[in-house]
Amino acid sequence: MSQQSMIETFGDFIELDENRTGESLSLRFSPSSTPLQQRWRNNGLSADFLAGYVSTFLPADDSGDAAAGRKAEVAAAVGYVANELLENAMKYGDAETGRPISMRLHLEETRIIFHQTNTAAPSRVDTLRAFIAGLAELGAADMLIRQMENGGGESGSGLGLLTMVNDYGAKLAFQIVHEQDNGEALVTTQVELDI
Amino acid sequence: METVLTGEGYVVLRDAADGAIALKGVLRLNGMTEYAPIVDALNAAAAGGRPLTIDVTELEFLNSSGIAMMSRFVIETRNASGSLRIVASERIPWQGKSLRNLQRLMPTLDLAFG
Repeated sequence: MSQQSMIETFGDFIELDENRTGESLSLRFSPSSTPLQQRWRNNGLSADFLAGYVSTFLPADDSGDAAAGRKAEVAAAVGYVANELLENAMKYGDAETGRPISMRLHLEETRIIFHQTNTAAPSRVDTLRAFIAGLAELGAADMLIRQMENGGGESGSGLGLLTMVNDYGAKLAFQIVHEQDNGEALVTTQVELDI
Repeated sequence: METVLTGEGYVVLRDAADGAIALKGVLRLNGMTEYAPIVDALNAAAAGGRPLTIDVTELEFLNSSGIAMMSRFVIETRNASGSLRIVASERIPWQGKSLRNLQRLMPTLDLAFG
């Protein structure tokens, strides 16, 4: 297999190199270092932190009414997306390998790009490919309803990703790097939010 | 309101007079297993086909497992020809975005934004 054929990408995947213009924040977790229950609690703390961080760079809301303003909307979207990505990484990242889970948030003038990377077992990569195919075929709105009717919320239902797209207008892309002889892959989920 | 259930960051309350359930705080539990006690509280409140009101006006955050829990409950209520009202807040961004999906599952769902 050539170097090229070992990388699959789906959607408009953006390489985030170190020199890219914009604000950037990276978090990294080692899967085996802390029990799941404690790491789960940390997802919420990290997501809240990322939402607060992004808020700093957004203009203040001037609507004094009861409805949430634009700044609150974006902060809530960041908090939701970050929490779901971290939950997915903790659930599906292969803890056996001890490979770290990373989350990078890149803030540009008109959009926020999330990259969440974890190691995945071959079966998880197959589930992800099936999810991507289903999303392309049905669209997020119909796939979301279908997954809910099918008792969504089970492992691999993709409800978190579908709500990001349907409810928050996010765009998804994926990169799968096959670099292990045992079939494991390094999966990066990209979520792009307009701000 | 009497307390039915409390956990880290959240509380489930029940109105003794009309049986309404209120979910308050932040719900980021891990999967359906951890949501089971909340499902039990909702099922108990709707037992015997009683019309139920769920107040989420002080539920600041709900993760996708929580959304799945709500959607399952809505589908079960719909399939049992039950009656459900959800009282929500425009102030909390996730509610305006995600609760309307539940109306696609159950067109008779009474979704009221206070």
